[in-house]
Amino acid sequence: MRIRFWLWVPLALFAFFAGLAAYMLTQEKEQFVASTMIGQPLPDFALPPAFGALPGASKADFTGGKPRLLNIWASWCLPCIAEAPQLDALKAQGVEIVGIAIRDRPEDVANFLSRYGNPYSRIGSDTISEVQLAIGSSGVPETFVIDAKGLIRYQHIGDIRADDVPKLLAELEKAR
Amino acid sequence: MIAEIGLAALWLAAALAVLQMVSGAFALRSPPGQVNALAIYARPAAVVQAILAVLAFAMLLWAFATTDLSLKLVAANSHSMKPLIYKLSGTWGNHEGSMLLWVGVLAASGGLLSLFEWRLPERTMGATLAVQGFVALGFYAFLLLSSNPFERLPVPAAEGNGLNPLLQDIGLAIHPPTLYAGYVGLSVAFSLAMGALMTREVNPAFARVMRPWVLGAWVLLTLGITAGSYWAYYELGWGGWWFWDPVENASLMPWLAATALMHSVAVLAARDALRTWTIMLGVLAFSMSMLGTFLVRSGVLTSVHAFAVDPERGAFILGLLGLYIGGAFTIFALRAGAVAEGKRFAAVSREGALVLNNVMLSAILAIVLLGTLYPLLTEAFDVRVSVGPPYFNPASAIFAIPMLLVMAVGPLLRWKSDKPARLQFELALIAALVIGGIAAVSFFGQFPLLPLLGLGLAAALAVAAFLPLRGRQLGRVPVATWGMVIAHFGIAVSLFGMACEGAFSKERLAAVAPGGTEQIADFAVTLESVTPIAGPNWTAIEAQLAVREDGGAPVILTPQARTFWSPPQSTSESALLTRWDGQLYAVIGNQAEDGRWQIRVWWKPFVTFIWYGGILVALGGVLAIAGRVRVDVKRRRASVKGARRRADVEALGSSGGVPAPQPAE
Amino acid sequence: MIRWLFAGLLALIALPLSMPGLAQDTMPPAPYAYNQLDDPRLEAEASTLMHSLRCLKCQSQSIADSDAPMAGDMRHQVRSRILAGESPDQIRRWLIARYGDYVSYEPEVSSTTWPLFAVPVLVILIVAGVLLRRLGKRRGDDAGEAA
Repeated sequence: MRIRFWLWVPLALFAFFAGLAAYMLTQEKEQFVASTMIGQPLPDFALPPAFGALPGASKADFTGGKPRLLNIWASWCLPCIAEAPQLDALKAQGVEIVGIAIRDRPEDVANFLSRYGNPYSRIGSDTISEVQLAIGSSGVPETFVIDAKGLIRYQHIGDIRADDVPKLLAELEKAR
Repeated sequence: MIAEIGLAALWLAAALAVLQMVSGAFALRSPPGQVNALAIYARPAAVVQAILAVLAFAMLLWAFATTDLSLKLVAANSHSMKPLIYKLSGTWGNHEGSMLLWVGVLAASGGLLSLFEWRLPERTMGATLAVQGFVALGFYAFLLLSSNPFERLPVPAAEGNGLNPLLQDIGLAIHPPTLYAGYVGLSVAFSLAMGALMTREVNPAFARVMRPWVLGAWVLLTLGITAGSYWAYYELGWGGWWFWDPVENASLMPWLAATALMHSVAVLAARDALRTWTIMLGVLAFSMSMLGTFLVRSGVLTSVHAFAVDPERGAFILGLLGLYIGGAFTIFALRAGAVAEGKRFAAVSREGALVLNNVMLSAILAIVLLGTLYPLLTEAFDVRVSVGPPYFNPASAIFAIPMLLVMAVGPLLRWKSDKPARLQFELALIAALVIGGIAAVSFFGQFPLLPLLGLGLAAALAVAAFLPLRGRQLGRVPVATWGMVIAHFGIAVSLFGMACEGAFSKERLAAVAPGGTEQIADFAVTLESVTPIAGPNWTAIEAQLAVREDGGAPVILTPQARTFWSPPQSTSESALLTRWDGQLYAVIGNQAEDGRWQIRVWWKPFVTFIWYGGILVALGGVLAIAGRVRVDVKRRRASVKGARRRADVEALGSSGGVPAPQPAE
Repeated sequence: MIRWLFAGLLALIALPLSMPGLAQDTMPPAPYAYNQLDDPRLEAEASTLMHSLRCLKCQSQSIADSDAPMAGDMRHQVRSRILAGESPDQIRRWLIARYGDYVSYEPEVSSTTWPLFAVPVLVILIVAGVLLRRLGKRRGDDAGEAA
């Protein structure tokens, strides 16, 4: 009996697949799409105020002096409520947080801030997710570290938990 | 009590699967022609096991019908307020229930095989039943150890959680069980292939035994995919009928393998060629159906149709996959070299055309498999990519187009060897139809390349499908040949529908105030009113759309945006106006702040032909089975008669010197 | 395991909808989310492009097949950019620059996707090889039955 090479090809291909599938089963499934804008300058934008009390946001607000946080959020987003205390804590450390409210109404924004606190220096209103798409964010909440030159340095996806705060502070320090 | 009976039946069935496996394996130890004393239990074990597994499924069906909320599965997937039909279909609308359905059908087909199949040598049959028992055992273990459908709640639930609203549809009542039955049919083909490979009985007799199972599985897969495609078309609300989604591909891949297998089995049965290749495809077809189950249930790939996703179960299925498919490929690699190559044939011959068909189908399968699994591969390196229609369409067309061209000619060729010159007229006709079709369509405007080619090919195939009947007495054409003609014609019909949908669809999206009218193709669509309505377990807003074709009498369409409360979810129910030459597809969206409503309307010329074609293809398969079975029964009767006569002759043996007639095969 | 289970449940509950678990906003859709461009040629361009872009918040759907608000906003971007004179290719590049290859259903030859194109070529070669071996050299030696 001749042992023919090609008869083993199906088994080899199958073994490769099975190994790959077994490995992928042990891996946490990536739920989010990361932005590929890290290291790029913030795109040009100028958003009107999200509600009366705070000014709107534009690219110019990120240049000069120090790194800032750009927080993408919305009053209708439940995890945004969960991250409110952490944003307050960051603000207490002297971090400037610029908010962008996605698909939101002024009265809802005001309501949310009066209930859960206002950590923002300014909030732009992005009613058609324009800026969100321009910086490669795919959900709310997301938080970006922007350095003094207006470069995007870091992206945090999802709500900021208490143990994410030191990491964000370290990223802000790195961006200085 | 009902659940306990079901569970007990399942355990007993598992025990019988062990008996079937062991007893079947003993058949291998007996020398050819003799029967091992321990091998006689395999057949009865398979039959009783079939009864028990079907009983277990019936018990679960009963629990769902009566909404027995002390069962965890019922409480998690059903609701007392659901209509009865969806209570019943909810039985297989979840992981555990669908796996029970799977083993029920698996055991039932094992039972049928052992009751009615007496043509194979006992050793081959024993090996087949052993493999079948081994496969069943794995699934019993899966059910009993990790997904027990009969698990009781410590305290009965007050009310069930309900069923995913998208699944509360007549499509769900038909589509999954059809597909499962098809997958299971392929498992019988797999067992037969392994049995034949282990006992070196890869020959036409074996192919004739395997053929009805392959054909049956293929018919069910065809129907399942057709139903699934139509279901996605009207249920997802955007008018698409095929998305190249991983789960859709998972159902397409076994079909491609089964289609190739069906044709290669035909060659093996008729001409004793393509032996190794048939075995290979038998293993491949079943591995594709298990792979599909794995991809759908494990959640390793992201899909719109994600179903009962759980990585732990995924690991179990992957284990079974490794055991069966890894084992089968190992045996294949070790044993296939010993299978003598079959008869030879010329390039231009029926066999040659079927080889080309097989190779092209396998190539398409490879492309679909690659495109489906590639994102999984890159994710292992933390890179995420998407592979979608812009990749699958052209890549599979590269192989589909030559395959379809050969499909037009293949049935006209003679077995073994033929001369192209004999078919001058037919070849010229097919070429003229392809070129003429493309030229005629391009005359009316600019269309994308693939639909254009599709239209030309569809025209040629529709005519070519009937060419094998030319010059024959229609009354005397075998039923199986009619099956082939109709199935090939169905492919042409389906291709025509796909190409028309791709080339000529019209879309109208607009915000319309009540009373407003939008024009699409020849239809004027007026939004008469929007009213809230309530169903048994949902509320909805319903639009009244008056559709006038060329100013004729209005037809009222009522698309709905439904909100289900258990579980809370909204779906859009499209409304369809079916004409012989296409469908008008209407969906109602949200209300804008100015009071206008979003409506989406599509005119899709000949889109229904896609599914009519699918049904024709399946009908062709049914005719082929009927024809083959009829011939087999006739042959069996003749051989019984022959045996009787032989016995008579032997009884008279002393008196005459007549030599006993040899059986035909 | 809890997290996996949760993810599984979400996937089951939320088939074609947007990211589940989050409340939906009440804002009206962007102007071009559900409205076509007036020029049929431009709309056809936009439609082809939209069918080949992935909705980032859905399970596995193109932005042309989804009711998720973000898909609507992406459709608005596509249509308004087409209207402003950008080519579909430019818009695709713009999105890929932001979300990587994941956003496009139309893979392009790159360091991460070359096997998608190499394998079909390989398959063509194998197909040609198999056909030549099985069919090509048999002409003439028809007499040799069964090896």
